[in-house]
Amino acid sequence: MHVLVEPLDFAFVRHALVVCTFAGALCGLLGVYVTLRSMSYIGHGLSHAIFGGAAVCAAVGVNYFVGAGLWGLGSGLAVGRISRKRSIGADAAVGVITTASFAFGIALLGFYSRVRQSIEATVFGSVLGVSTEDVWIIITVTAISGVVIAANYRKLLFTTFDPDVAEVSGVNVARMDALLMLLLSFAILASMKVLGVTLIAAALVIPPTVARMLTNRFSRMLWISATIGAVAGFVGMYLSYHLDISSGATIVLVNFAAFAVTYVVTGGHARTHSIVAATADFEIPMRPNASR
Amino acid sequence: MRSITSNPLVRLDAVSHHYRGPLVLDDVSFAIAPGDFVGIVGPSGSGKSTMLRLLLGAMPPCRGAVRREAGVKVGYVPQVETINWNFPVTVEETVLMSRVNRRMRPWATNDERAAVAHTLDRLGIGHLAHRHIRQLSGGQQQRVFIARALLSEPDLLLLDEPTSGVDVRTRHDVLHLLGDLNDRGLAVVLTTHDLNGIAAHLPYLVCLNTVITGQGAPAMVLTSNVLEATYGAPMEVLTHAGMPFVVDGAHTFRRRVRGA
Repeated sequence: MHVLVEPLDFAFVRHALVVCTFAGALCGLLGVYVTLRSMSYIGHGLSHAIFGGAAVCAAVGVNYFVGAGLWGLGSGLAVGRISRKRSIGADAAVGVITTASFAFGIALLGFYSRVRQSIEATVFGSVLGVSTEDVWIIITVTAISGVVIAANYRKLLFTTFDPDVAEVSGVNVARMDALLMLLLSFAILASMKVLGVTLIAAALVIPPTVARMLTNRFSRMLWISATIGAVAGFVGMYLSYHLDISSGATIVLVNFAAFAVTYVVTGGHARTHSIVAATADFEIPMRPNASR
Repeated sequence: MRSITSNPLVRLDAVSHHYRGPLVLDDVSFAIAPGDFVGIVGPSGSGKSTMLRLLLGAMPPCRGAVRREAGVKVGYVPQVETINWNFPVTVEETVLMSRVNRRMRPWATNDERAAVAHTLDRLGIGHLAHRHIRQLSGGQQQRVFIARALLSEPDLLLLDEPTSGVDVRTRHDVLHLLGDLNDRGLAVVLTTHDLNGIAAHLPYLVCLNTVITGQGAPAMVLTSNVLEATYGAPMEVLTHAGMPFVVDGAHTFRRRVRGA
């Protein structure tokens, strides 16, 4: 019990526990859409792109969330625009835009020593200096994301599952894509401090991958993934404190442990009641002559 | 062009379309009336899917006009080959997607669940509502997407290659189902590559290869001349039990090579 209670004597640990738990849940929730849209690489790239924005903000003294948020959104939209060019493709577009942005951040490291200090924590994740402001930011972003996803549940599901038919059924697919990119940018921003740029993609990908092995239902996958992410964030934060290693690494390792156990237990497939479908008990008699 | 006595549900008037390249459709005029059951046939790239998307209203034509009768609802069934069968959705969740603009809350109301159950029962798959879509046979999978289109109670059902890549039993199953829905008053338009298994059984065919090369009952349209104009290759047409049976050019080619 002492192991659990003792870290709570420190305010920054209490703050970090809340931030890690909410960040895990938030990344788990949004990660469902990221993985089902085969956008894992975009999640990874976007965090690297935002690194460039964070470096610029640190260099010029602009508010981190405003500057890096706009930078991330701009990168996401640029990726979307370039990937529509058939001759380039989505994966190449992500590679070009996000690595260029990341390289820009690295270049700034060389010029500004004050950038280096704040950026190193951004790359690997750190619980030191997690403030009350960070707590409220992650809670607010999580709450807004939850409300937006609930309000657009069917539209987001339809555009994720079948974007062409969703479009002709009256869903503004481009708007849904932009909305998701916006939520993803803010989730990465709000989680970056504790998870780190290089490890945030794992928090987006592993919980939904575990959840997919546990259910065949989309609605269940959402809450299972968010729960796994939250538990991994909470446990990972405690491990980070006791083992004295970066919070991003411990959270990802807890996520990976969940993945490994689930994979061994389920064999990598969602459990089903029956693999072989019952044949239809419905027959319509053949019309004698279809011509008219 | 055939004459339609009642008001058409959708009409293409001198429609031409391209995708920043050569014309895919050139000066095509066609109308769908209530109760029609029409098949669109033609080779790959002949404009079948474009014609379907124009009828659906998914895009405006580059030239000409698509006129839809006020209040007409259109349901669309995509090619099942484009579906990600590993996606975690049940049959009920899939069908409910068509109620996308009705509510801001994620959960389904009792009325919505009842409507889904009724539609699934109507198609004979009510007992599969909570199954994952991958756990169904080919015919059942096709019915799920037909159910999704039917949930909005359309006047016209458009299907893109509904029997592409399915076995013979599933093809029969789908054809019978569509015939039954058409008997109940639903207008049905589908595209198909399958001349003998599907097209020959439909009441009305449109042969397309950028332009309409022929239209009418299968016995009138499935002729060597129309098919050669449509596919650009010689085809023989035999008659079996009063129905046309198309033999593709490979048979003729083999005979020529052997000097027969």
